[in-house]
Amino acid sequence: MNNFVTIRNLTFKRRNRIIFDDVNFDIPKGKITAIMGPSGSGKTTLLKLIGGQLYPQIGTVEVDHQNVHKLSRNKLYQLRRKMGLLFQRGALFTNISVFDNVAFPIREHTNLNEAMIRDLVLMKLEFVGLRNAHQLMPSQLSGGMERRVALARAIALDPQMIMYDEPFTGQDPISMGVLVKLIKELNDSLETTSIIVSHDVAEASSIADYIYLIANGKVIGQGTPEELNKTKSPHVMQFLKGLPDGPVPFHYPGKTLEDDLQLL
Amino acid sequence: MIEKIRQLGEKGLDFCESFGYSGMILIRSIIRKPDLKHGFRGLVEQLYNEGILSLIIIMVSALFIGMVLGLQGYNILEKFGTTQALGQLIALSIARELGPVVTALLFAGRAGSALTAEIGLMKATEQLSCMEMMAVDPLHRVIAPRFWAGFISMPVLATIFSAIAIYGGYLVGVKWLGVDSGAFWSNMQATVDFRIDVVNGIIKSFVFGFVATWIAVFQGYNCVPTSEGISRATTRSVVYSSLSVLGLDFILTALMVGGW
Repeated sequence: MNNFVTIRNLTFKRRNRIIFDDVNFDIPKGKITAIMGPSGSGKTTLLKLIGGQLYPQIGTVEVDHQNVHKLSRNKLYQLRRKMGLLFQRGALFTNISVFDNVAFPIREHTNLNEAMIRDLVLMKLEFVGLRNAHQLMPSQLSGGMERRVALARAIALDPQMIMYDEPFTGQDPISMGVLVKLIKELNDSLETTSIIVSHDVAEASSIADYIYLIANGKVIGQGTPEELNKTKSPHVMQFLKGLPDGPVPFHYPGKTLEDDLQLL
Repeated sequence: MIEKIRQLGEKGLDFCESFGYSGMILIRSIIRKPDLKHGFRGLVEQLYNEGILSLIIIMVSALFIGMVLGLQGYNILEKFGTTQALGQLIALSIARELGPVVTALLFAGRAGSALTAEIGLMKATEQLSCMEMMAVDPLHRVIAPRFWAGFISMPVLATIFSAIAIYGGYLVGVKWLGVDSGAFWSNMQATVDFRIDVVNGIIKSFVFGFVATWIAVFQGYNCVPTSEGISRATTRSVVYSSLSVLGLDFILTALMVGGW
């Protein structure tokens, strides 16, 4: 298969905590791949490893056939121009308007004149349905609108790959539906490679071509949404069905209640 | 006892590590090809934020400090019958010490704390991280213009401070307490040496501007990205800047006065 991202034998630790323990991922070109798992399972960390913001202790991360962690600073920045990242909280620059936020990467990396930049920015904002909000400041936007502006900014330079960090978290049903539609449309029309990191099972499954399920530093399940739904693994079942107790225990590990209350 | 020595050693190592890291950040921020297309606009914005917006506090403080100096100086000089030396006393105190030092302390409290909090908040809201992912170096786009603006603003603010403080002293000494205006200005002109007093004061303010802004931007860039982390970084920024300014003032004065 033609992969845009290939991750091999990845081990990443923070202090003494193992986030990833010898894991492999293949992100196919032009497809939507969802990385799902419980909170704190390292989903955002994985995106930072792919973007070269974090360095693994062992293993390789290749993006577009280049080892991200072996590149010089200039080469890494060139590679990042092929990537877009939609941050969990939008990460809009709060001191400039919606228009300037979307224009920021275009002004930084191109020599286009202001008239051309204006047209491009308005087209990107039109795509996310916020052309008429271009003069607003980020503080005047709702959470859903902020994320859509951030999406317009992430696609401003038409990247080959877009990574979405928890795009559906904290969204009302309408905003969530809008984001699902936009991600799908973007993938279909531009044939971008998309990586969605999420724990919203229904939304991510509805658009993903392939899903990786991660927990406790390992890949505990992978396959198409249909394949994962048929799996008998208790770990996968607990996550997909949202069961409160199972292989991931309800109680934080430690002493038993009896021990703590000295009942024995 | 051994544990205490170990902890002391650990703190020493931490200090060396963070000093080295802050030096690297500074070098990576400022040593590079100038980018006139984006850099100039950012610099002008920051000159406004750090320089122009600090003007009010600098001017008001300068006026009062000059007035107090005029009052205290007059009371002391009157005992010796030398009130005509008031202009000289005020000008030398302000140009050599109070101008650069008080301006740097006010600058650290007003602009330095704002810089730390702003950069820290940008880090906490992932704006710096986002810039990196857009292949834009935040050291270049965020840190460098703020650093240069502080470095340029400080001497200008210190000069304005000195001019207004001297005028404050004149108001009290000449207009209120009746010192002869001619004696006030001519004594000042006769005793203040441009190179030794004024230029040395400006050199001091350049050094203080460099240090106070470096500390402020580094504390913001290196803070723990939480509300508590930003609050601690802002406090550290003001405390470290103030102590560094006072310590450096002693070293610079010793070097400039010489004769030891």
